[in-house]
Amino acid sequence: MNDIVVKTEDVVKEYRMGSNILRALDGINIEIQRGEYISLMGPSGSGKSTLFNMIGALDRPTEGQVYIDGQNMSQLSQRQIAAFRCHRVGYIFQSYNLLHVRSAHGNVTLPMIFAGISEKERNQKAEKLLDMVGLGDRMYHLPDELSGGQRQRVAIARALANDPSIVLADEPTANLDTITGREIIDLIKRLNTEQGVTVISATHDLKMLDVSDRIVDIRDGLVERIRNRDEIEIEVGEVGGEGE
Amino acid sequence: MQQRTPIEEQIDLPFIESLRISFQSLKIRFGRSIITTAGITLGIAFLVSVWTNNEIGVALQESGRQSTINTFEETTEQGISTKDIWLIVMSLIVCVVGIANSMLMAVTERFREIGTMKCLGALDGFVVRLFLLESGFQGFSGALIGALIGTLGAVLLGLKDYGLDLFFYFPLLPAQPENGPMQLGVIIVILLGCILGMILAVIGSSFPAWRAAKLPPAEAMRTEV
Repeated sequence: MNDIVVKTEDVVKEYRMGSNILRALDGINIEIQRGEYISLMGPSGSGKSTLFNMIGALDRPTEGQVYIDGQNMSQLSQRQIAAFRCHRVGYIFQSYNLLHVRSAHGNVTLPMIFAGISEKERNQKAEKLLDMVGLGDRMYHLPDELSGGQRQRVAIARALANDPSIVLADEPTANLDTITGREIIDLIKRLNTEQGVTVISATHDLKMLDVSDRIVDIRDGLVERIRNRDEIEIEVGEVGGEGE
Repeated sequence: MQQRTPIEEQIDLPFIESLRISFQSLKIRFGRSIITTAGITLGIAFLVSVWTNNEIGVALQESGRQSTINTFEETTEQGISTKDIWLIVMSLIVCVVGIANSMLMAVTERFREIGTMKCLGALDGFVVRLFLLESGFQGFSGALIGALIGTLGAVLLGLKDYGLDLFFYFPLLPAQPENGPMQLGVIIVILLGCILGMILAVIGSSFPAWRAAKLPPAEAMRTEV
């Protein structure tokens, strides 16, 4: 099997801070297989969130190319990029990024509205997804009436609304306590194994280690090393207490 | 890279869907919407009251009826005093700045929301349309209320100055006196106030919304207010 879903070629991202230029990514080359669970790890400021944004078409690289499903992202039109974000990718963020004016149900239906799905169909789907993440009884609550873990569950349900092939999760557990974080990780892992969704997660949560197929360590805007699952399991033991 | 399913083009949403989303947003954010709308109301109320007050003054002066309290000591030959022109211009500036500011704030605090909507597949044009609808509605209702309050204020002030004579010579409709400036009349002033409030609100909100919609979502979501 050699089905590459994401490929980056010498991706560079520079930010202009006044007269200084900050090189957040310094030539990143990675390939991600379909169905993989990948964790991008690194300390804050390492560039992992920047890389996350590049892969999710949330920002444009200064140099280099990002290919998703074999498509060069820089060659897509505005409308194609919007459709890509709508159909192909589901985003999960550290701070949930739910729309405060819409209920849990309203948040989950929004990407389906953008996809042009009928009202009846999207209501059914939203109910099904919210049930799946364990929020069947809180569907019509506003995000402000939900706990952090519940909000992240809404975000996960929303990310899955249009059956994306890739789920991108940017520090999904950073604002959650250990137990809730664990539950969220398990939920994301279940999507990965049961539905074959490719999961790409930027994180520095060690709990993410033992569910990942591969870990890409990012440091100073470069790929420091890529570890496979078997190498990871040994290290989790060393970290102590995090593995089962 | 075997899977080469081409990426389709994003569809446009039906207008009714935008309308529904923008009204829902206004309804749930009711408290905040009221404050923004109040900003528009105040600006227009000020402008319309000064303007209407001036119309009333000119109309009564044309009728030969002098104010019991002489407010026209500087009256020029055209029947409008430099002080009144100054007042109208000032109130116009206050109104423009006030409305632009309240709309700008209302949009800037929603940059993250704009970024999020783009992540979910919203087209730039859809985001702008949403803000256009919201601000157009806020602008019109705020300005209408403001214009009515302003007119009421001017009428009360006129009653104090001219007594019930005010109603005999009330400049409701446009008029062209024989030897004086064209008078717009209160109805036109109210109408102009409404249009101005709506235009200012729409420009004040859709310009920043358009700018935010053009940003890559990552950048829009990074923006802190």
